[in-house]
Amino acid sequence: MNNSPYVLKPASVQSVMLRVLVALLPGIAAYVWFFGAAILLQIALASVAALAAEALMLALRGKPLMLFLTDGSALVTAWLIALSFPSIAPWWLTVLGTLLAIIVAKHLYGGLGQNPFNPAMVAFALMIVAYPQLMSQWPAAGTTDFAGQWQAIFGTRPLDAISMATPLDALRTALHTAEAKASVAGVLGSNPAIGGIGGKGWEWVAAGYLAGGLWLLQQRIISWHMPTAFLAALCAIAGVFSLIDNTQFAGPLFHLFAGGTMLGAFFIVTDPVSGTTTPRGKLIFAAGVAALTWIIRTFGAYPDGIAFAVLLMNIGAPLIDLYTQPPVFGHKDKREDSR
Amino acid sequence: MTALQRLFKFNGGVKPAYNKEASTRLPIAVAPTPTLLVIPLHQSIGGMPRPLVKPGERVLKGQRIGGADGNVSSAVHASTSGTVIAVEMRLMPHTSGLSAMCVVIEPDGRDEWIPHGPFDFRGATPMQIHDYLRDSGVVGLGGAVFPSYLKLNPGKQRNLDTLVLNGAECEPFITCDDVLMRERAATILQGALIMRDMLGAGEVLIGIEDNKPEAIAAMEAAAHAVKTAAGESSIKLVSVPTLYPAGGAKQLIRVLTGIEVPHGKRSTDYGVQCFNVGTAYAIFEAIALGQPLISRIVTVAGNVGQPRNFEVLLGTPMRDLIALCGPLPDSDRVIMGGPMMGLRMPDDSVPVVKAANCVLVGSRGLFPPPPPEMPCIRCGECAKACPADLQPFELYWFARAKIFGKAQEYDLFDCIECGCCAYVCPSHIPLVDYYRFAKSEIWARELAKVSSDEARERYEFRMLREEREKQDHAAKLAAKAAARREKAAAAKTDAAKETATPEQDEKKALVAAALERVRAQKEQIQPENTINLTPEQVAEVAAIETRRAEIREMAKPHVWQDD
Repeated sequence: MNNSPYVLKPASVQSVMLRVLVALLPGIAAYVWFFGAAILLQIALASVAALAAEALMLALRGKPLMLFLTDGSALVTAWLIALSFPSIAPWWLTVLGTLLAIIVAKHLYGGLGQNPFNPAMVAFALMIVAYPQLMSQWPAAGTTDFAGQWQAIFGTRPLDAISMATPLDALRTALHTAEAKASVAGVLGSNPAIGGIGGKGWEWVAAGYLAGGLWLLQQRIISWHMPTAFLAALCAIAGVFSLIDNTQFAGPLFHLFAGGTMLGAFFIVTDPVSGTTTPRGKLIFAAGVAALTWIIRTFGAYPDGIAFAVLLMNIGAPLIDLYTQPPVFGHKDKREDSR
Repeated sequence: MTALQRLFKFNGGVKPAYNKEASTRLPIAVAPTPTLLVIPLHQSIGGMPRPLVKPGERVLKGQRIGGADGNVSSAVHASTSGTVIAVEMRLMPHTSGLSAMCVVIEPDGRDEWIPHGPFDFRGATPMQIHDYLRDSGVVGLGGAVFPSYLKLNPGKQRNLDTLVLNGAECEPFITCDDVLMRERAATILQGALIMRDMLGAGEVLIGIEDNKPEAIAAMEAAAHAVKTAAGESSIKLVSVPTLYPAGGAKQLIRVLTGIEVPHGKRSTDYGVQCFNVGTAYAIFEAIALGQPLISRIVTVAGNVGQPRNFEVLLGTPMRDLIALCGPLPDSDRVIMGGPMMGLRMPDDSVPVVKAANCVLVGSRGLFPPPPPEMPCIRCGECAKACPADLQPFELYWFARAKIFGKAQEYDLFDCIECGCCAYVCPSHIPLVDYYRFAKSEIWARELAKVSSDEARERYEFRMLREEREKQDHAAKLAAKAAARREKAAAAKTDAAKETATPEQDEKKALVAAALERVRAQKEQIQPENTINLTPEQVAEVAAIETRRAEIREMAKPHVWQDD
């Protein structure tokens, strides 16, 4: 029989994970609306792969199967992988990424709660390094033909027919490779993928993530520190540089609604296991991710920088935590000398 | 009287289901005297009192049966009149299931008081007040049972700013302070004024959680009465927000005054002293009536038909008390205290002691076993809930990995074990158990270090002593040798002055004497059986030797050789 306390708040890892999944639904709905049902197929593929890998690793490690399979953590990883990979990527790309995330990034490091790196971002980084072409083929807005997407995913039809570069990619490619001097306004104005603020359709997906993220805040699953610091820092850096030279640097609104910004702000940067935990540490961590994201987006060779930015900051998380421990009760003045 | 008081907040805290209503419906009842009282001698923080009675002795109600021993210790008394039938080891109200010395009294039913009367503390010297309070056994009744005379500290008045009276009572189920305030508010205030005068405090702040409107109203009325009757305006009632653990002394001081008392510091260093309302009541009884602490209000709640508060003689078995409330058949445990910090009792026969503010009957339905423990996902809920502003999950990692140095660096000992972190943990990790484990390990190591230091000191002292003795011995020998030398020198100067220097002569003489001693010893140890033998004996020995050689030859292992 246990010791005090004898009463517990009705909270569980499962309920935390399930609410994260629910919070992803608005974004997924917008995704389906603008880009077709392929994303649902990818989510299903990733989920099955994640659960299978999880079950295998749990069995190998001699852990209770049902307890951990139903905790929802593998599903969260799977969904985040599916949502950050192109929805018309070949099936094996998603499955391979998911297997690497669960087997290597999660279980080889000790399983739930022990992984120093965000598993979904490990999957993204590994796959984009290994298969940069496949990871850059994104569906064009309005191409909701499910049969065509099915064929693309299962390799019976070439990707090019239905794919197109994302706004971030288009902008970077144009700015870096155009012989004549291109400007942000020129590229964005002429590109059919560009919508009102971000990418056509993508801005609505981002709005969906934003709505889900705000609900997570209201549910107290995540705290305000990380999303706020991430979005604010990204805005600030993008703002300063677009003020300096608006022909070479896109403005804050574009960065906010392009690529994986909103997904990252509320669902990826906020991963408690691989991130920082102190209030000040969270601000530093998220601002660091934002700065690295902007740098990789602007000067790097990859279409989006969030994955690398998160992984780089994951390395620093323990150190940031060490130096940002909040003062304990009664020691508010002299915390520093004890550390 | 609830003057506009600026309140402060402490971080963290939780809001568990309070379950206080059921036990406050009925007024305080006096629990009947049991057939046998088992009064543990050790009922407060500090030294174990010495037993002052022997089996067979008749004792009166209020008679001291255990005398305070040491600087931190508090007396215990017979709760009623009767006969001491044993002074022996009995099961203690503690989860460990350990026994300790108890005085077992068979009540005679006459409930006969020892002569007693009020104590004039204003006319007494500080030392007299100190001894009187120590011998009246008053300790903190909020649960910590720290001897009150040490906190009142007569004779060392610091002219405190504030006396805080703790009526917050934040633990679920417990209502003993609530009903005491409702029914005996005036007495509590009398006690508070006595304490204020002893401490020389400027104001009295009484903090009560706002989920006890009846208690607040009763205390307000009593404070108003004191004000109109005696012009006493130093008492302020403050309704504090209901948030567990607002009743923790440090948390309440923070809420009422904004002062954070660090771990290891006394609140008096910051001009504040804090007492439970029940302690104020006990102080009044001790000073104004001369009655030592022999009973307390105990809430019986949980899995019982009619939860209620009782005035209980210390030493009453919990079982008798529970029986008064109709325990439900599925009850499976008894907890002393509340569901957040209470201790599980080894069984229901253990006695009510000064620390027992609540006897909580549990069942699987009421306190279901925790769901299976999951790994920590560092969600930080525990850090948000911690009223000591600790990082509980970090402490958990360090305790689990037995990195106790790191745990101390992260202020493990600032943990008040309130249970908020474990209460909110979505992974259902029994966090407080890990902290208790780490604390006890650190204590054990420190004790081991102290004892090994002592052992080393003992050893070093022994080496020192032996060395000193050796030197003393050598000095004695040297003195003796010098004396002998002088004698020899004196003898030789006459005989052999020309042939050698005295030193050489002396050396020669010493060598000769030594050789003579060796020769004499050799003679002494010569084998007695093989000297001076007759020729027959020699022949016999030779024959025996031959036979033994043959036997040795026969006994040699054979070596088989292959052809």
